Amino acid sequence: MSIDWKSYSTGPFFDELIAASGKPRPFARTLATYLASLSNEELARRQEAVKHAIKTMGISFTVYSEAGNIDREWPFDLIPRIIPLKEWQLTCKGLEQRLHALNCFIHDVYNDGKIFKNKVVPRELILDSGNYRAQCQGMKPKYQVWANVCGTDLVRNSDGQFYVLEDNLRVPSGVSYMLENRTVTKRVFPELFENIEILPNSDYPSQLYEMLASLSPRDKIKPEVVVLTPGIFNSAYFEHSFLAQQMGAELVQGSDLIVEDDKVYMKTISGLAPVDVIYRRIDDMFIDPKVFNPDSQLGVAGLLGAWLKGNVALANAPGAGVADDKVIYTYVPAMIKYYLGEEAILPNVPSYLCIDPVQCDHVLKNLDKLVVKPANESGGYGMLMGPKSSKKEREEFATRIKANPRNYMAQPLVNLSTAPILIDDSVEPRHIDLRPFILQGKNSYVTPGGLTRVALVKGSYVVNSSQGGGSKDTWIVDEHVKPGGGSQSQSQSSRGAHS
Amino acid sequence: MMLSSVAERVYWLGRYLERVENTARLVNVYASMLLDLPSGSPIGWGLLVDITGCSDEYAKLHQSVEEKQVMRFLLAEGKNPASIINCANMMRENARTTREVMPSEVWEQINDLYLTLKEALTRTISRRSRQQMLEAVEADCQRIFGILSGGMSHNTAFSFIQLGRKIERADMISRIVDVGSISMLPAFARAGNKQQMTVLEPYENVVWMNVLRCVSGYQAYRLKTHSQVKGEDVVKFLLQDDEFPRSIGYCLNDLVHYLQKLPNNAEVLQAVARVRKVTTEVNISGLLQSGLLEFIDELQISIADIHEQLNNTWFKPVELRKSIRKSS
Repeated sequence: MSIDWKSYSTGPFFDELIAASGKPRPFARTLATYLASLSNEELARRQEAVKHAIKTMGISFTVYSEAGNIDREWPFDLIPRIIPLKEWQLTCKGLEQRLHALNCFIHDVYNDGKIFKNKVVPRELILDSGNYRAQCQGMKPKYQVWANVCGTDLVRNSDGQFYVLEDNLRVPSGVSYMLENRTVTKRVFPELFENIEILPNSDYPSQLYEMLASLSPRDKIKPEVVVLTPGIFNSAYFEHSFLAQQMGAELVQGSDLIVEDDKVYMKTISGLAPVDVIYRRIDDMFIDPKVFNPDSQLGVAGLLGAWLKGNVALANAPGAGVADDKVIYTYVPAMIKYYLGEEAILPNVPSYLCIDPVQCDHVLKNLDKLVVKPANESGGYGMLMGPKSSKKEREEFATRIKANPRNYMAQPLVNLSTAPILIDDSVEPRHIDLRPFILQGKNSYVTPGGLTRVALVKGSYVVNSSQGGGSKDTWIVDEHVKPGGGSQSQSQSSRGAHS
Repeated sequence: MMLSSVAERVYWLGRYLERVENTARLVNVYASMLLDLPSGSPIGWGLLVDITGCSDEYAKLHQSVEEKQVMRFLLAEGKNPASIINCANMMRENARTTREVMPSEVWEQINDLYLTLKEALTRTISRRSRQQMLEAVEADCQRIFGILSGGMSHNTAFSFIQLGRKIERADMISRIVDVGSISMLPAFARAGNKQQMTVLEPYENVVWMNVLRCVSGYQAYRLKTHSQVKGEDVVKFLLQDDEFPRSIGYCLNDLVHYLQKLPNNAEVLQAVARVRKVTTEVNISGLLQSGLLEFIDELQISIADIHEQLNNTWFKPVELRKSIRKSS
């Protein structure tokens, strides 16, 4: 016995690899045939190899619990998710367009506020936002870019179309898992990489470094770039350390840095050394105890002042999160039109704003059909999943919405697409999403693919690793290239992913 | 440009890696030596605990000194800071927080070593499999140092790893020389001294041979001296030889080599010179009559002082404010 695709049922959902007819989609045929050719013993061996690779590579994430913080190994499903290159190229354009417009918006918010004067976005929304930082008013970061690293969550609905679920503009994480997933897959299925043209993604750390270096305030050949981490107890510490290692940058904690005369230095064995660019993986509120949370042990006193003086670059810029708000999100298509004069390439999920009395009324009447989200939470916390909620939960949410309508928006439930995961020796569909990473500094860059997150629990829509989610390798595949002779056309197509 | 905090962590990584290797070898050699000594000999497992410097911790946990308890204490005891599992854990934590300065294989190997060891130590271990396990640990540590030497840039981070390793090694050698002191126990007394037992006299060589084996130095010693294993020669070899990497003399040369690559090294170099003075100006044959214990104490204090100076010079960030250097 081995994998039998005929017994795989996609149900009413769009499946990424298997069409409704039960046949693999054209670009997934080689993969499906290959997997079906493996005996159960062979599959078990590959599973074992995955487990071993993840353990040895030390790919882990931290789960916070009352019993203390536990480092868990990264849950990984070995069947990759495939996206055809042609579709991906358009998606890339849409992602770059979106981040471009978001950066125009953030810069406008902290400078001229034209978009408010033209009444495209109401100013009150911003002033009420938990992520608006008045201290940043008037600041002009290099290239006028505030969100240098963005993780945009894409979902595919049953119509087969990608929709943007949210933009993570504060400290988006997950890119290291995207890279490590590929490393694991290459270790476990080297044969597949010979027979399928898969765009490499290993370039990300050097792209990130180039982007960060382009932000340096000093015209120097080699700026000092550091990654600022909250430390070993942060759930994304693995990623901070991984990225620092891959970029050849220093990994620092707040205690390694000091600000003197509005300049940032790190404490080294030969004394204080100047720092030019800080890729900070600490939330705004903790970066500078002098300005924000005074109890923060994680930040550096005086850091914001050094940044405002233009003596150091911070990525992402403080205050960039103002556009990372579920209510502001609904205005992104309007921003694209306003700043770029273009139609949005990637659609939003239709949304209802509770701050609008008419829309709010609709939301309150349809709580059992909608997903309600608070404006400022991330990681899937504080949401109401209408169709799966109890009457009591809906009543509670109704009260909260009425008390603070600005803080809520609602969307119809997106029927997330599925992809097969391996369970022992059979395949079953599970819901997935996709988080590509977009960089913007002097140039823009989109990762070929991204991090595919999987809701490992049957029927579940929750893909967050903190709540039972796992992940998959994501392949962008050029189906028109014949294996073997395609190296040149592959490098051309990967260039297509840049701008 | 090396962060003080990173320098400190890679230094401790070097120390713990060396400590794991040394402890594994020491336990194996000691166990095999006990097999060679006659039953009823006064040499027991307690001395092994003494060598690792954790007799107080042991006394808090156990009343009696028996093989099974001592082994558990040295290998798997969470409450013994010097147990192999604790050292391996510290080694892993230091590696985990300095992954960005080392080749990625190093972290993978260290992580693998820790996880394998942790799993192996949850089971009860027979003598035979214990020996195999400890040999595997030694080999793993050597492989990790091999990857570092052969695959990592010999940069500042590498220097700090090596400083940690050599200081740890010198410290361990001083403890192992101490094992020789058992040959001065009454049971080993010369036949000439009629008042005391002489049962163990033929075994004196066995003890010194095993002292050499604790640093894998038996062959090197024979090649160098072409003579019988004698206490005086063994101690001289371990303290002063400048060709054998597991002698204190050699470690000191290495320390000087790596220290010379670092800024502001004067005080640390002086501390190394003081250890050198202690090891070279000693009258070794006199020591073996009396005073070995005091000498070892003095030696260990001087080695610990190298660590102090190092700590003050490079790891303590407060000190840095005095030497603000604003390079362009």
